[in-house]
Parts: sequence; C-alpha cells; structure tokens
Amino acid sequence: MDKRVVITGLGVVSPNGVGLDNFTEALKNGTSGIEHHEALKELSFSCCIGGIPKVSEGLKRDYFTELQLKNFNSSGILYGCMAGMDAWKDAGLTVTENTDFDSGTIFGTGTSGVEKFREAIYKLDDNKVRRLGSTVVSQTMASGVSAYLAGIIGLGNQVSTNSSACTTGTEAILMGYDRIKAGRAKRMIVGSTSDHGPYLWGGFDAMRVLTYKHNESPETGSRPMSASASGFVPGSGAGAMVIESLESALQRGAKIYAEILGGEVNSGGQRNEGSMTAPNSEAVQRCIKNAVVNSNIEAKDIDAINGHLTATSKDFTEIDNWSKALNLKGSDFPYINSLKSMVGHCLSASGAIESVASVLQIHHNFIFPNINCEDLNEQITALISEYKIPQSVIEQEVNIVAKASFGFGDVNGCIIFKKYKQK
Amino acid sequence: MSDKAQMISELKEIVKPYIQDEEAFENLHEDTNFITDLKINSANLIDVILDVEDKYDIELDNDSMDKMLSVKAALEVIKTKISEK
Repeated sequence: MDKRVVITGLGVVSPNGVGLDNFTEALKNGTSGIEHHEALKELSFSCCIGGIPKVSEGLKRDYFTELQLKNFNSSGILYGCMAGMDAWKDAGLTVTENTDFDSGTIFGTGTSGVEKFREAIYKLDDNKVRRLGSTVVSQTMASGVSAYLAGIIGLGNQVSTNSSACTTGTEAILMGYDRIKAGRAKRMIVGSTSDHGPYLWGGFDAMRVLTYKHNESPETGSRPMSASASGFVPGSGAGAMVIESLESALQRGAKIYAEILGGEVNSGGQRNEGSMTAPNSEAVQRCIKNAVVNSNIEAKDIDAINGHLTATSKDFTEIDNWSKALNLKGSDFPYINSLKSMVGHCLSASGAIESVASVLQIHHNFIFPNINCEDLNEQITALISEYKIPQSVIEQEVNIVAKASFGFGDVNGCIIFKKYKQK
Repeated sequence: MSDKAQMISELKEIVKPYIQDEEAFENLHEDTNFITDLKINSANLIDVILDVEDKYDIELDNDSMDKMLSVKAALEVIKTKISEK
C-alpha cells in the first residue's frame, strides 16, 4: 500500500531571512530582501538589484569546517547545505558515525559553483590547469550540493540532484515524495538551491527579462500582479524539507508540519504557444488539474495558492490558467500570493523556498501578504476578486495550499500541501 | 633552529588545514606519512602540494608530486627544487 508522506523538518536561507524564525517573521511582515548591488552596476547590468541571503563568515562556520571552506566559492552549495542541515536538525534528527541507508536526498540546482567555475576557467586559460586544486569538480558538478549534504549527514539512500530550471525545487519535493510513497526510502531531504551573482544573472539581464526600472528603489522592484510589473528581480538562496513516511514520523514522535497529498510534473513540449521560455497553457492547466485529482481534493478545498508569479506580463496568463484549471473565479478563487514580491525570483531555488513558505502558512495559520502590488493589474482583478490578493497578512486557519512552479524548457510542477490530520 | 627543523615547522603549518589526526599532527616528525598517519584525504594532497609551491616559489613536476607522501620525502623534494632555482 502507498505510504502517506509528511513534512517533519524545514530549513531556509532566503534573501529576506536566514533560518525559520527570521523567515517566518519576514513573511508575516512583508519584508523585502531585495537590495542594490554595486557589483552589478560596475558590470553595466541594466538591472542592478537582486536578492542575496545574508550569511556572515561566522555563520558559515556553524555549518562547515575550515577545511571545507578552504578555496570554497560556491554560494549554491553553501545555501543548500545550510538549509538541508537546518531541516535535518529541525526534524529532530542527528548526525551519526554510521551510514543511514533509510535516508537520502534529492537536492536540485540549476548551476553549481558558477564563480568557482569562472576562477577555474581563468586559471586554465592561463595554462595553469595543474594549479586548479582538488575541489573544482566537487564544487562545480551539478550534484555538488547533494554530494556535500549527503557527506555531512551520512545519507545512504538515493543521493541525487535534479534540474528543471525554475521548477527544480517543486520537482525535487515530488521526486522524494514518490520515493517514500513507494516505500523505497523512509525519509528524504528534498529542496533546491541557487547560486547568486552576475555570472548567473547576466544571461537573464541580456534577455531583458529583468526589471531595470527600480535600481534606485530596490525594495519596490519585484512587483508580481502589479500593473507596473516590468520584469523579474533575480534572487538566490535555498529551501529544504525533511519529508518522511507517516509511520516513521509517528514512530519517532516527530513534529508534523503538513502532509504532502500529491502533485504533478509535466511539460508543454514547447508546442502550441509553449517555447523554451514561455509556457504552453494547456500543459499548465493539465498539471494543476492532475495535482488536484491525484491529491483527492476538490478545487474549492484549496485555501491558498502560492503562485509562480514572477512579475512579468505572464502573471495574468498564470492566474488565468489557475482559474481555468480549478474552474474558480471572482470571490470563489482561493487567496493567492507570490513570495517573489519579497525575495525576487530565486530561480532554481524558488520552488523550494516558496514551498517552505507555503508549509509555514499551514503550520502557523496565516496567509502572507503580497507587496508592491498596490496598483493591481486590471486584467487580473477582472478575473479574481481583489481581496483574494492580500496586501497585509491574514491570520486564519489554513488547511490546504497549492504551490506551482514553471520553468524554462516549458516544464511545470504543482504540489498540494495539507495540514496533517489523522484520517 | 636548524634549517631542517625550520622546514619541518613550515611544512607543519602548510599541512595543518588538511590533517584529520590531531595526535599524529602534534607528534609530527620526519617519518610521518601524510595519508596513513595524518589521515589527509588523498584528494587534498594536491592542495598541500600547491601550498608548498606557493610557499617556496617552486614548481613540482608530476614525478616529484607522486613521491611526496611523507615529511621526509617532501623535505627532499623541496630541497632539490630550491637548489635547482
């Protein structure tokens, strides 16, 4: 029989809060983590603002040894391991000398150690391949983050990294969920991370998908669902969860944040209006519908949607897709929010950080506010009631949250979280 | 301090970040083996060699690198390279 899967630990390294307590407070208060970055300006970026978590040299040493930090230059691995280790600890689990064959990780990323890679390329082109040192491979291989994390904790079940652009985090959670549901692991650390900085963000700046209108007012730059949305703001960080079989969680008396009811991942195949960079709406709707169906809920049971909503002209298309998939509109439509208004688009980390935010809403019974959408897009308000897009925190019981992520390559992921109740 | 004692103390400083056996490190002597005694991860030996190159401004060829498994061997390799400068 399929196992029920619950969330027993959370960890987050977000531009607006590092650690669960700071992040929860920032969520409730609508605190922006977007700042001006001089390095972007000096490199002639159009968009000179972004979201970078605040991790001091001292804090790094709570997670890594001096040896691990020697010649270390991979922000994504740093954030991912911090979030993963925090989630493990939050779940009441400890690190032992022995390999834990019941536990694994699916920890996604888009790139790994892009700055380390840059260092290596400069040395290599200078005929100094022999001077690269021993960690270029481990810091720049895509699976660097899952490899580091598994080594720190001693994970002995599946240890892997998935990559599906901005759907990565949501997909990682669903991959771990599938494995536990099938009885092939007791628990998995699932999540995703993203490097920060110009060498990752440059490609987006070149595509002119980043906003260049808010360099002087960074905190107002990320404006999902706003009429004045003018492109996304790049972010970074990591989110992680410990998910495990219900029986394992009950056996060890673990705190249960929420249950994962189900979900779906699919692709639009870059057909119809779908492309490398744009979603095929039919596939998006199908993904959401299937997630609802295989979670055995009705669309009207959804209290809140945590959207992908990046602050581009596609925000309306996304809400239109939700509305069609759920067959709900106006005041029947669930509350909807976008974490990106506070932290920007954390790219491959977005699905995981936003899922942590979704689960915190269930655990603490609140719906976090959207910021920077005082001027709501009129196409959106013609479709759903304005009050369904909260601009200040709503304290109320939250049972079911639907979270979706969409990524380059026309890939989609949707997951349904529910407050845990014995059935 | 003799030249040799001086070099051993410099070498000790270089390997310090990589060692995983504190006791063997405290008692480091000429016959100490980097991998079996100090438990330095074999991948990190590469980093030790690069740090040696930086410290003495020398370049170690592949053969010398392969030999550098103990304090004694390291001292010999370093001395030879310095004399060739």
